Amino acid sequence: MSDDHELRVSKIRNGTVIDHVRAGQALNVLAIVGIDGSDGESVSVGMNVPSDRLARKDIVKVEGRELSEDEVDVLSLIAPDATINIVRDYEVESKHRVDRPETVEDILHCPNAGCITTEDEPVASRFDVLDDGVRCTYCGRIVREGIPELIER
Amino acid sequence: MRHGNLLTSKQLSRADVESVLDHAAAIAAGEVEPTRTGQLLGLLFFEPSTRTKMSFETAMKRQGGDVVDMGSVDSSSVKKGESLADTVRVIEGYADAIVLRHPKQGAAKLASEYVDVPVINAGDGAGHHPTQTLLDLYTIRESAGLDDLRIGIMGDLKYGRTVHSLAYALTRFDARQHFISPESLQLPREVVFDLHQQGASVREHESLDGVLSELDVLYVTRIQRERFPDENEYQKVAGEYRITTETLADARDDLTVMHPLPRVDEIAPAVDETDHATYFEQAHNGVPVRMALLDLLMGDDDE
Repeated sequence: MSDDHELRVSKIRNGTVIDHVRAGQALNVLAIVGIDGSDGESVSVGMNVPSDRLARKDIVKVEGRELSEDEVDVLSLIAPDATINIVRDYEVESKHRVDRPETVEDILHCPNAGCITTEDEPVASRFDVLDDGVRCTYCGRIVREGIPELIER
Repeated sequence: MRHGNLLTSKQLSRADVESVLDHAAAIAAGEVEPTRTGQLLGLLFFEPSTRTKMSFETAMKRQGGDVVDMGSVDSSSVKKGESLADTVRVIEGYADAIVLRHPKQGAAKLASEYVDVPVINAGDGAGHHPTQTLLDLYTIRESAGLDDLRIGIMGDLKYGRTVHSLAYALTRFDARQHFISPESLQLPREVVFDLHQQGASVREHESLDGVLSELDVLYVTRIQRERFPDENEYQKVAGEYRITTETLADARDDLTVMHPLPRVDEIAPAVDETDHATYFEQAHNGVPVRMALLDLLMGDDDE
């Protein structure tokens, strides 16, 4: 089967297509890039779409908004295979993979109840990104599994 | 490190450690008399402390400086719900440096992001206690040396911040570290990860028996009864980690026994009378070491 199956979700005219998202992570992708529809974007989501590369994948299409590399690189934490297509007038203008950033800020909350960032302090959470997980820069807690559950919503 | 913060022992290079210890030795020997006249040290202890707090106060006053003390949490604005970020920003206007103890990990790091005066971490939850580590290293250097060192660290290794800080700092030296604890109180995996990343020689044990005879230093910490959900589980392990003169029969004559104090019953009083006991001297070393640290962090460049 080919990636043409992404046509199960209608084409967009201008905006961003986040493709090759691991199956089941589409809603976490929206949460992690902070898209909840409140800014008026038109968002289409395909879940469990057949894929040659991933067997099953999710796909997210955001109409009217081009996501920056900084915005999408945080997706590497939950969707390391994702490809980002910037679409203009129905044509793919650029296509690239996500890179792992060095740190992510105000995206995840620390699961360590003993961490100062869990208190009512005016501080954004911050994690260093490791090869196989993330590490809180305040308390040092390493998280390798269950990262989607830490997404600030 | 001059005019900087001291947040964790991870930030200390071997040269940094030696600089503090050499300066402390010079102060202890009366060769250097640093002065903090006209300077104030802010003491913010959000948890009870005796030794750490009093030794900082002593260190500051012995140099002619003074302290401003937040007092207990119950009598401070913290009780009204003030954030740590606000508290340290207020105290920054009063004091030339801040010493912070706090029950939450990362508190000192957070504080350092809000103020321009030096912040010294005097213990943050189960995280770090770098000034304790400096006085521990001072004591170890005096008694056993810091290279070709074989050290056993025993007790509550999971929550013991003094242990975490010491383990990190020892990676700067040629030290073989043996960690002895019940399985439930082993070192946090994050710490083990870091030690391996640093290439440290680390072994974990559940019993002291097999390793005691080769140690230069045995660093004992309290097995904290309150950490055990079941009293029976505590009773099973507590006796196995108690040091007595009989336990030390198999130790080398020059073994140094250390403890960050307070102890409860993990070292029998009879051990105090042996040449092994170094924990009170260790506590006393807190003053010259903290004097040296304050001098390096608060002193003028041309001193």
